[in-house]
Amino acid sequence: MKFTEKIDQYDWSEISERIASKTTGDVELALRKTKLDADDFLALISEAAEPFLEQMAAKSRIYTQQRFGKTIQMYIPMYLTNACTNHCVYCGFNHNNPIKRVVLTEEEIVREAEAIQKLGDFHHILLVTGESPKHAGVEYLKNAIRIAKRYFSNISIEVQPLEQHEYEELIAEGLNGVYVYQETYHKERYGIYHPAGKKRDFNYRLDTFERLGRAGIRKMGLGVLIGLEDWRTDAAMMAHHLRHLQKKYWRTRYSISFPRIRPHEGEGFKPNVVMSDRQLAQVIFAFRLFDHDVEIALSTRESPDMRNNLCTLGVTSMSAGSKTEPGGYVTYPQALEQWVMADDRTPQEIELAIKKAGYEAIWKDWDAIMN
Amino acid sequence: MKKLVIAGREFGSRLFLGTGKFSSNQMMEEAIVASGSEMVTVAMKRIRMDEEHDPMLEHIPVNRVHLLPNTSGVRTAEEAVFAARLAREAFGTNWLKLEIHPDPRYLLPDPIETLKATEILAREGFVILPYIPADPVLCKRLEEAGASAVMPLGAPIGSNRGLLTRDFLNIIIEQSNVPVIVDAGIGAPSHAAEAMELGADAVLVNTAVAIAGDPVAMAKAFRMAVESGRMAFEAGMPRQEAEAVASSPLTAFLNV
Repeated sequence: MKFTEKIDQYDWSEISERIASKTTGDVELALRKTKLDADDFLALISEAAEPFLEQMAAKSRIYTQQRFGKTIQMYIPMYLTNACTNHCVYCGFNHNNPIKRVVLTEEEIVREAEAIQKLGDFHHILLVTGESPKHAGVEYLKNAIRIAKRYFSNISIEVQPLEQHEYEELIAEGLNGVYVYQETYHKERYGIYHPAGKKRDFNYRLDTFERLGRAGIRKMGLGVLIGLEDWRTDAAMMAHHLRHLQKKYWRTRYSISFPRIRPHEGEGFKPNVVMSDRQLAQVIFAFRLFDHDVEIALSTRESPDMRNNLCTLGVTSMSAGSKTEPGGYVTYPQALEQWVMADDRTPQEIELAIKKAGYEAIWKDWDAIMN
Repeated sequence: MKKLVIAGREFGSRLFLGTGKFSSNQMMEEAIVASGSEMVTVAMKRIRMDEEHDPMLEHIPVNRVHLLPNTSGVRTAEEAVFAARLAREAFGTNWLKLEIHPDPRYLLPDPIETLKATEILAREGFVILPYIPADPVLCKRLEEAGASAVMPLGAPIGSNRGLLTRDFLNIIIEQSNVPVIVDAGIGAPSHAAEAMELGADAVLVNTAVAIAGDPVAMAKAFRMAVESGRMAFEAGMPRQEAEAVASSPLTAFLNV
């Protein structure tokens, strides 16, 4: 059974109500357990858990250290194009935004890769595109992976959802991980944020994870965009989704993240909900208590202060030195970014901050020979 | 204490150390030295095999310890065999800790793929130490396939839960013709001592040392625990009685 068939069991408003009804007692019970069920998770993301943040942090740190040690995996994104056919109302790459669109050529990808290598000791790269199969389809991505392989040992992508056989072709080229953000699990309201383009199809996007699982991808990344719908309910839905995928595609590793909407180009989209720093910490801790093994990524969207502190409390991977525009490292510096960075420290500064926190920045934790 | 011998090579220490999860390479190096270990495992995926320098390898005191590359990250026998061949070239050793765990959550080893890979690699002359579930029959099959030791788990990796598989480890130790190294789950020096008292030939520890408040002191504590556990085993552990033994034996009447 696919999650698109299961999701109707999880009624949005019913889950919201269940979260709202959680009590101090429910939270205390969840904190006493080492194996949490979905209901315990609801307690930990509820308002009732807010006074327990310190205890949650302590447990989150212990579980994370046990599984991942005192380490943070480093990665960097490379934007290949900002061409996009979607109309996501919150995004700088929205098809309607009158920004300059570029698609990196082979030579430009090489130059960007070389620039990234000068920037830091990166071995893990995330290739990002808008969603425009015409400009950056499977053949383009295959070629980009072939080039990236010459410079990096672990390659992930964040691009438009693809078909199973297309993922299989990319995996054969050396692809390790795929990040697809559902943005929100609120099926009825999803269309408001994605009024046009292929992304409009809620079920096709949600089924992407099944196609990835069947293709045998090593790692998949899930995420909800914070600022659209009630984040507690979205987090609960994602927890159900994660469990579903873990049981079905048990050979795959999972990564989650909670990007909060940042300022960007285009008409100002005002977030419907704002998640405070304390609440971001709460959802990270809650997920760690719920799942000791899931990877949790924290990008340069977040401030240096948040990243310096959360890197020992549950987060397992961080980007550094990122540019969110195609060609941003050397080809088209500072022109076309998707969103504005909160942490613009250099990779060396970030590594030093991780070290000061008593952790080791891991630059390489994969080798192409294992593919 | 008797020396441990694996595939003709002698080891003065019965403590093997993993090199992951440390807060710095410097800390790892100091812990290795304090542990007295002569065998450390290194995940191939962490090593820059095609670069001149590797920041992690540079901190492994190779004059004191043997490097045991592991295949952590592979999911099938086929991937493991490919990785092993490259490890042999890159590290200049035919020793291999064979780790095939397709399950990324508990990192539990796949016995079927492990046996397949052992059969292939043994024919190619590898010294194979496979990480496996504590399954006595699997251990015998691996021995027949040419494994040089077996590394059954005490509990899932990183769980620090000790010898949850104790009863099966007992059978494995009793039956094995190759050294038995208890791997994974050893969270405290007392767990390591317990494994040694059972008669295990060695233990492998990583998480418990790497994430300890003071990894160097913890490495030393494990060293002492492994030594005392082994010493006790060699001294002849008194048998544990399930019930108290009556001080007037039931057969005293026969002596009358």
